[in-house]
Amino acid sequence: MSARERLFGHRPVARDMPVDACGCDCGAASSPARFAAPAPPAVAGVDVPVLDVHVTDKRYGGRRVLGDVRLQLAAGEVVSLVGASGCGKSTLLRIVAGLDRDYTGSVRLDGLAQSAPSRAIGFVFQEPRLFPWCKVADNVAFEAGGAPRRDPRVDALLQEVGLADRADALPRQLSGGQAQRVALARALYGAPRVLLLDEPFSAVDAFTRMRLQAVLLALVRRHQVAALLVTHDIDEAVTLSDRILVLEADPGRVREEIAVAAARPRRPEGADFAQLRAQVLHALHSAHAIG
Amino acid sequence: MSYFSDWLDVEVMAEFPATRPARDRPRPPNVERAAVPAAAGAASPWQAAWLGSLLPLSVLALAEIAARLGWVSSTLLPPPSDIVRALLELGWRTVSLHVAASSARVAAGFAIGAGLAVALGSLVGLSRVARLVVDPGLQALRAIPSLAWVPLLLLWLGIDEAPKVAMIAIGAFFPVYMGVASGFRDVDRKLVEVARMMRLSSFALVRRVLLPAALPSVMTGLRNGLGLAWMFMVAAELIAATRGLGYLLTDGRETGRADLVLAAIVLLAILGKLSDTGMARLERRLLAWRDAFDPDAGRPSP
Repeated sequence: MSARERLFGHRPVARDMPVDACGCDCGAASSPARFAAPAPPAVAGVDVPVLDVHVTDKRYGGRRVLGDVRLQLAAGEVVSLVGASGCGKSTLLRIVAGLDRDYTGSVRLDGLAQSAPSRAIGFVFQEPRLFPWCKVADNVAFEAGGAPRRDPRVDALLQEVGLADRADALPRQLSGGQAQRVALARALYGAPRVLLLDEPFSAVDAFTRMRLQAVLLALVRRHQVAALLVTHDIDEAVTLSDRILVLEADPGRVREEIAVAAARPRRPEGADFAQLRAQVLHALHSAHAIG
Repeated sequence: MSYFSDWLDVEVMAEFPATRPARDRPRPPNVERAAVPAAAGAASPWQAAWLGSLLPLSVLALAEIAARLGWVSSTLLPPPSDIVRALLELGWRTVSLHVAASSARVAAGFAIGAGLAVALGSLVGLSRVARLVVDPGLQALRAIPSLAWVPLLLLWLGIDEAPKVAMIAIGAFFPVYMGVASGFRDVDRKLVEVARMMRLSSFALVRRVLLPAALPSVMTGLRNGLGLAWMFMVAAELIAATRGLGYLLTDGRETGRADLVLAAIVLLAILGKLSDTGMARLERRLLAWRDAFDPDAGRPSP
């Protein structure tokens, strides 16, 4: 699938249509191919960047939250944003998502400037944010308007996140980790080009987090989405990322970019891992994020 | 005891999501409660009914004894047996006629008032402009005592059914309006953001996110509105009516029969309780998805 095909697969044609009518358009046309696609190696910078963000200025009141920040993501690439609280990581994510439009700069998706939330971008928030009155399956397919018959893609996605048997459960019956799995499946339902994750696993315990990280990596591979991940967890950044962007605060900007070439799965016991972790820590030190 | 252990359980589970044992097992939602045997100290529905009627029954027994032993004048406070006799004397047909007349008025008035309230409340909850324009006026109208409307309604609508239904509609309107408007205002911004990411149209946003999310508050408004509808019904029927429980009250007063007045009061209590129980059932069913504090948690479902 060429970048151009992908681009037109997600042309804003469908965006202005009523949601209920769009149900089948926003994924069915393009996703079987993506489902079936073998996992190509996730190499950065080979293709035209899927996501090209250039924020020059973002202020809250008088405070400059983001300075000059530029970042690009290729399909299938995982990029982490780490940095002290208040360095604008989450703000940057909200800008990319189109939830915050009060900034100077541009967000380009497959070369097209974005000015509003797009179906080609999936967002996984810190909390699962499931609609509590909808069953798991209806939450996943919420975008399609709660079709009366079950969309086979919902089952496929639930299978992928390991919740095939919970399709009819209500969110309150799920554990925190399970709910976040559903949120992942929901974010991928529209077959997005970019997946934004704002500290998605910070509220679950360490074991669940490791499992969820593995799920996320498998999903990114399989669906060939570019993932932009905000995290406070250095191990998580090292485990998941192809690149780690260390941000400094006041105003927020990229202090250092660390490429992570180590083979996956990466185990925290390894020497490479320890070295990468030290490198990130050092970068955070120089960004005055810690110490 | 059971309150506490249930509550603690929830707390622990929230802290250790990965170790929630029982909840993680797949099962349909309703089985959850039914499958759990009654916790120690939790009451079965029959026990609950018995406990709930304990106080009224003892009061009735006391009233009966007091009247029989001559502690109070039975013309002023007729014993329960006299009230039952009064109802039997009226006959099944007459009683059901009064009950039906009052219920029909309440149903019509409530439907009109609540319907208008949901529409206006949604508008005010959604639009800042509508809130600024409409809300202050409605709040002023809300402050008007119910009986103040009576002369105006009689002037405008005559003494037929219309003023009574209008009166009841006014009574039902405000609680529902408040419930809807505040429910919309309190919808979690985070859920709305998810909907925005999905580019829902504003109509779909209202229908699929805002209304379901506001439903707890809307249902509370509807329940309060129904309660007020019954009260306004009596006020309306006290003025001018030839049928209905309010008429029965007036009739009892004019003929000096406290037993008739009390009979009407008992009927009002029963009807109000029944309709509220119905609403509560509906509320429970519509809001089964909620993960709110539930004092009934762990009890077998009725």
